[in-house]
Amino acid sequence: MSSRLPATFRQFGVATRAIAIFTLALGVIYPLAMTGAAQVLFHDNANGSVIQVDGKDVASDLIGQDYSKDPSLFQTRPSAVDYDAAGSAASQYGPNNKELEDLIAKRRAAVAKLEGVDPSQVPADALTASGSGLDPAISPAYAALQVNRVARERGLDVAKVQQLVKENTQGRTLGFLGEPRVNVVTLNADLAAMN
Amino acid sequence: MSDTAAGLLQVGLLVALLAAVYRPLGGYMARVYTSDKDARIERGTYKLLGVDSKADQTWATYARSVLAFSAVSLIVLYLVQRLQSHLPLSLGLPNVEQGLAFNTAASFVSNTNWQSYSPEATMGHLVQFAGLAVQNFLSAAAGITVAIALIRGFARSKTDRLGNFWVDLTRTVFRVLLPIAVLGTLVLVAMGVVQNLSGGHEVTSLVGQTQHLPGGPVASQEVIKELGTNGGGFYNANSGHPFENPNPLSNLFEIFLLLLIPVSLTRTFGLMVKDKRQGYAILGVMGTLWAAFTFAATLFENQGAGTATQAAGAAMEGKETRFGEWASALFATSTTGTSTGAVNSAHDSFTPLGGGTALFHMMLGEVSPGGTGTGLYGMLVLAVLAVFVAGLMVGRTPEYLKKKITAREMKLVSLYILSTPSLVLAGSAIAMGLAGARASIFNADSPHGFSEVLYAFTSAGNNNGSAFGGLSANTPFFNTTLGLVMLLGRFVPIVIVLALAGSFARQQPVPVNEGTLPTHKALFVAMLVGVVLIVTGLTYFPVLTLGPLAEGL
Repeated sequence: MSSRLPATFRQFGVATRAIAIFTLALGVIYPLAMTGAAQVLFHDNANGSVIQVDGKDVASDLIGQDYSKDPSLFQTRPSAVDYDAAGSAASQYGPNNKELEDLIAKRRAAVAKLEGVDPSQVPADALTASGSGLDPAISPAYAALQVNRVARERGLDVAKVQQLVKENTQGRTLGFLGEPRVNVVTLNADLAAMN
Repeated sequence: MSDTAAGLLQVGLLVALLAAVYRPLGGYMARVYTSDKDARIERGTYKLLGVDSKADQTWATYARSVLAFSAVSLIVLYLVQRLQSHLPLSLGLPNVEQGLAFNTAASFVSNTNWQSYSPEATMGHLVQFAGLAVQNFLSAAAGITVAIALIRGFARSKTDRLGNFWVDLTRTVFRVLLPIAVLGTLVLVAMGVVQNLSGGHEVTSLVGQTQHLPGGPVASQEVIKELGTNGGGFYNANSGHPFENPNPLSNLFEIFLLLLIPVSLTRTFGLMVKDKRQGYAILGVMGTLWAAFTFAATLFENQGAGTATQAAGAAMEGKETRFGEWASALFATSTTGTSTGAVNSAHDSFTPLGGGTALFHMMLGEVSPGGTGTGLYGMLVLAVLAVFVAGLMVGRTPEYLKKKITAREMKLVSLYILSTPSLVLAGSAIAMGLAGARASIFNADSPHGFSEVLYAFTSAGNNNGSAFGGLSANTPFFNTTLGLVMLLGRFVPIVIVLALAGSFARQQPVPVNEGTLPTHKALFVAMLVGVVLIVTGLTYFPVLTLGPLAEGL
């Protein structure tokens, strides 16, 4: 034992120096160099893909927003954090949670009323909160449900609104990755830019 | 294209990408750990460390090095959090409270990355990139070194030397993790992940609301979070957050990264023990389990069971539109089969059996394909057990890779297999016995609530880090118990594995004869799959019946 104890102390000395060296390499040089490279090579992406309307920053095209105040805009999904981007979160409701069941029933009725459709037509993404609470996208089905209302509220041709929806629809990447979706943030920005 | 065809192609592309890099990366890593040449930056590092790179260590010294390194890491990470308010780039956030700082330090040093906190409200940029992300590299590297030491135990004979921890660690960082991380960061930023040092950016929405878009050096941390099978999110929503995982392509790339090293290490193993077929057999077992769990989780999420799920019409609560059921289930299986624990959707809101699949997948001990290094050594321990069981059944002498499995090795294997389940089951039982702890359950008064607690201890004990996120774990009870479970669940198995490696390395190889069980054939693969499932099933079946099975059946 007497020879092991100093050996163990020696390992702690090496460990301390190792943490110092690796913190410098991996915790300072690496992230700063990567930040510099990203800022030069992909400036917009690196800074959050911010989009503008009339020269003003209105959103990131990756982060959803709450448009429920304005029925002339397309609506995003329910959010557990009301689209507060400073605190992403999911609802964490379990699949048999009674509160969630009640919430879904209320949301179904509200969406059906707003869009003037039968409650059975409301798709699942319009009734559920996303994992981040910041989902910028909705299903093509939910977007289609909103077209008539938006056209009416904005005094636009239904065909024109449908055209904008189509332009803001992304299919599956490469034809098979992920899910087809409509980016509500860019769609609404396009609507606003028309005025 | 139908949903099913698209989903299957998505899984197919992932497998094809992994297959494409399997030989080059596996071979490269084998050369990294067998080369006797040091790069210039490594020679400089050894000089500063005061380490002789040619001096191999015994298993006990190797273990002491791992433990000393992790102990110092734990202390430093604790202090960085406790001193946050005095550090630059803290975004005005206060010092992290004691219990949470301990839990988080234990979590990141043990490669768990369980997060009792919401990062946006707790951790400034400096703590994230100079504290937490450094451990993302180092805890991943430490896991790999232990696997390499075990491989050497099989590959070497009549020696008490297993290699030098400091050399293996340094090479893992500079030759394996860092180069891939640099490339991966740029790929992620090109896909839309943010990478800045800003405290955020205010925008005013079309309806006049102010929204604070968060900033941060996310991509450089995201890449090692996946590559090192760590899993701690830069943001609370983890890989569900659009700034961490903006689209289906980045999603596939992140899943690829988290499977990359665990899968390729089986090639490294095959090459180092000079029998590539042994590596294929181990990969075959890992792949079979991963495929089966992926199939199950995808099926359950698409079926959409649960009263609330059915009220909505699909299992989209807690899932992002861009990912849907398929890409969420694929991520969930891959993150729980490795020790990653990153999530792109809320596992708490998965269907009863879908969430149960994620839970059961962790309970396998994370060997399908497991964490960086930890998955390989976990599976090799189970392979030793399978050989022993086969030996009992047919009366053959138990040998694996020409090394005899004696009473000493079996004692170590038994200890290894018992250690994590003891922590998980005892921890869950204690928590459920305390009213104060039960108060943390979100989906209360239901089997689902029990699943939240069971998931937490399973995640901590197996060093996964994902959660049924409803559980309010930022309490003194959970911070302390989960912190201890993470540390014991990491370092007890590591010491056992190194002891096992030392034991095998000392032996003289026994010649292969007609009595030797071939461990590279399909029969052994099936046998090992069976052993994994039976050992885990018998251990956890009773608790699973109280949680996901009670809810889902």
